[in-house]
Amino acid sequence: MLSVNVLLAACIGYVILLFSIAFIVDRRTRKKPIGWLHSPVVYTLSISVYCTSWTFYGAVGSAARNGLEFITIYLGPTLVFVGWWWLLRKLVRIGRAHKITSIADLISSRYGKSPSLAVIVTVIAVIATTPYIALQLQSVTRSYQVIAGEADGITTAFWIAAGMALFTILFGTRNLDANERHHGVVAAIAVEAIVKLCALLAVGIFATYSVADGLGDIFDDVTIEAIRGSGDIFGPRWATLMFLSATAIICLPRQFQVTVVENIEERHLATASWLFPLYLFGMTLFIMPIALVGLDVMPAGSNPDLYVLTLPLAKQQNELVLLAFLGGFSSATSMVILAAIAVSTMVSNHIVMPVALRLIPASKEVSGDVRSLLLTSRRISIGLILALGFLYFYVSGGSDALAAIGLIAFVGVAQFLPSLLGGVFWRGATRAGAISGLLIGFVFWVYTLFLPSFGGDFILSADAIEYGLWGIEVLRPQALFGLTDMDPLVHAVVWSVGCNALAFILISGLTQNNALEHLQSTLFVDVFRSAGGAPSSFSNAAADSEDLFVLAQRILGAEPARKLFDEMAHAQGQEEGLPHATDTVIARLERELSGSIGAASAHAMVTRIAGRQTVGMTELIDIADETQQLIETSRQLSEKSEELQNTAKQLRIVNERLRTLDAQKDDFLSQVSHELRTPMTSIRSFSEILMNDPDISETDKARFVSIIQDESLRLTRLLDEILDISRLEAGMSQIKLLQMDANDAVQAALDTVSGMTRTAGVRVKTDLDEGPVDILVNDDRLRQVMINVLSNAVKYNTASEPEIFVRTKRVNNSVFIDIIDNGGGVPADVSGSIFDKFTRGAHEGNNNGAGLGLAISLAIMRAMNGNLTLEHMPDKTNFFRLSLENPTANL
Amino acid sequence: MAKRILLVEDEPHIVESLTFLLEKSGFEVSVEINGRQALNHALSAPPDALILDVMLPELDGYEVLRQLRDDARTAKLPILMLTAKGQREDREMAARCGADRFMTKPFANADLIAAVKELANVGQD
Repeated sequence: MLSVNVLLAACIGYVILLFSIAFIVDRRTRKKPIGWLHSPVVYTLSISVYCTSWTFYGAVGSAARNGLEFITIYLGPTLVFVGWWWLLRKLVRIGRAHKITSIADLISSRYGKSPSLAVIVTVIAVIATTPYIALQLQSVTRSYQVIAGEADGITTAFWIAAGMALFTILFGTRNLDANERHHGVVAAIAVEAIVKLCALLAVGIFATYSVADGLGDIFDDVTIEAIRGSGDIFGPRWATLMFLSATAIICLPRQFQVTVVENIEERHLATASWLFPLYLFGMTLFIMPIALVGLDVMPAGSNPDLYVLTLPLAKQQNELVLLAFLGGFSSATSMVILAAIAVSTMVSNHIVMPVALRLIPASKEVSGDVRSLLLTSRRISIGLILALGFLYFYVSGGSDALAAIGLIAFVGVAQFLPSLLGGVFWRGATRAGAISGLLIGFVFWVYTLFLPSFGGDFILSADAIEYGLWGIEVLRPQALFGLTDMDPLVHAVVWSVGCNALAFILISGLTQNNALEHLQSTLFVDVFRSAGGAPSSFSNAAADSEDLFVLAQRILGAEPARKLFDEMAHAQGQEEGLPHATDTVIARLERELSGSIGAASAHAMVTRIAGRQTVGMTELIDIADETQQLIETSRQLSEKSEELQNTAKQLRIVNERLRTLDAQKDDFLSQVSHELRTPMTSIRSFSEILMNDPDISETDKARFVSIIQDESLRLTRLLDEILDISRLEAGMSQIKLLQMDANDAVQAALDTVSGMTRTAGVRVKTDLDEGPVDILVNDDRLRQVMINVLSNAVKYNTASEPEIFVRTKRVNNSVFIDIIDNGGGVPADVSGSIFDKFTRGAHEGNNNGAGLGLAISLAIMRAMNGNLTLEHMPDKTNFFRLSLENPTANL
Repeated sequence: MAKRILLVEDEPHIVESLTFLLEKSGFEVSVEINGRQALNHALSAPPDALILDVMLPELDGYEVLRQLRDDARTAKLPILMLTAKGQREDREMAARCGADRFMTKPFANADLIAAVKELANVGQD
């Protein structure tokens, strides 16, 4: 007898092996994509997840009870793969082209990306998967009980469910594969496929050639009735079963997952189309012999569902028992893992995420949050799905034959068929049609098959099952509307699938596609013809490059995109047109786009068009995140650049001013140098004459010395002025301001120049505003300015009867002191530069000043918050105006 | 016969010192304080040598120089330029305009007289 410990150790060891395979493959594919995994054999083996413990244990039970009927479950898929592989190819093509992540995604996408359809399909998938998972729990539990003795079935099932949940979470959500592919899981499933095939073949060979004496021996003892079973071959039940199994290979969520979503290359389907039927043939080869040998050898009343295990056990073949157990275990785990992954993807993508994304506050933009949310929601979904499976097992009591439970799931997922086939072949199919078909089919399925499967323990009472709901005869779940005398399964299929298809067709006919549905329907139905009528081959490269070009134009701009593509076309030796969408081209484009929109988005967009991979929810969320971040970054950048532009502009202005100032300074220095050199020249020249010439007359000597003194004084005055104006302009001169009467200031200044005016014969007139005219000035400085202006007016006045007119007046808040002479004012040629330093009037014989007087006066007036301007009269003559603030104006 | 020098300078004290020096050295000195008048004077009665300031009313020294060089009568007139600026650009400008010598204010009397003597003699030969 095989000990429980050995069994547990073997199981744990086996699980560790599977996990290691998954882990290593995941690691390797991340580093270097694909590798040996890129094999159609692995793909085919992963499809064999179709063969669950239902096949491993249940097929033998079914054969023992109903003879050859079990074969229908494998004939359906065989027919699909051999005869309808073009349908699978179309699904695979659509799956890639539209980044489909699940069957719910496919149906919802086809009907205008309808969220409600996705939810309906997901709910049906969850409910249909539940009994199927329960079935796996049941078979593993029973097989365990067979070896470990009559342990408590519920407890065992619970631990198995918990273990599988953990296992699936570790396997399926270890990382969030962006394109919804699980290379590691697929590899592990492929290994499990080999294990279960070998185990079943081993038991079959053992039963046939060790227990019995070859096939001849087995079949000799059996009547044709036992082989044919109770069922009528090619009767309604056979046809129904074949229809259901054919449907299941397409519509079961896990089959859709491995066949469409996990598909790496379309051409792998070509291999699978013959290899998968061959695998099924291998799996079913010894079912009948095992069943017959079991019936013959095993004691009456033993469960035929467990012959695969009990037969070697009865013959004390411990190793074979272990292998058989592991085979069954493999069948169950592979199904549970993939079903849980497939269904949890649907639940999290179509139910949890839409809700969560709406609930997450906009501030939570960090992609990590969404990622972890998605991961968590997947994990919880997996836990929930297994919990539901366990609950079903618990409620149904685990009493039904394995096959019956599996068929409930088959009929459930068969509800997808009308919408799916209609979706990919009939452009007129509408969302309303799909929704009504699915809902009606679902209701019929639940009522006629799912609820009765609990045998009256769940919602529907036993009475209701027997006599109809509320005792109404026509509502009998298994003989609805008087459709009696029918196999319950056929009955359920006829009602649910029949009404589903009918409603789908009728409502589709009555409703119209909206714009998006219309677009999607064309894209789906004409998937092989899309993008410029590319020939329906396995390569859609021609279509790709055009789409890639459109994408590049949108992101890079028309001109750069054209340049890039021309360049790539040239690199391929093409004179014109678009380059072929080779890997090089795609990689190059992705790189170019990454520069504009970030790597994740670029990858997602390019691969989406190139059709190399599907794009999952996560990636789309990444794109959204990245786009948002990009928008934010670009907003910040444009702010920064504006800031920089402003700063640069200010710098330019300041620089300009500094340059001007520098030039002015140079100019000033050069002028100062010139102004200093002139008196210096006289001083030096005369002092040299005085020094070197002993014969100079005393008169000349005296004159020369006086010239030297004059020029020395001129130098001193010049230096004083230069110092003064420098200080005034630098704001370094502290000018103390006091309030005084402008009229008094004018009088004082006129007194000072009275000697000069009298000598020059200039008449002075005044017109003073009614005093006091308050101004805030420095007395001495104001007088300095006025004397300067007045003496200019005296010096430069060439009128025959020279006259100076001084007036004060108040205008608004200002006080003006105007000094007007009748000599015509400043000549036009210097009036523009009269306030510049070292500017002198062009009058002859006035070379005494250095030309700094007006510049200093202006600086003084400004230092007293006033101004000195040259004002023009209507007759083009001009005069000087001293303007000052009136401090009492506002009082 | 004494060499005749035309002195063009608008600073009265400089005119006075130069006139004194030149006459002492045996030159006959005429003075102009305005660029235009200086030009007319030099063209109508070319001196043996010309001393020309740069900063002048009406026409500046460079312009006077240029116009003198353009006229056949004064194309070879020996000219000494005097300037109160003395930067390299002024020196180059003077050379370009055709000055024979260039001196910066303030100058040593002996240098100036030597230069004028040389110019007047060269011009004679």
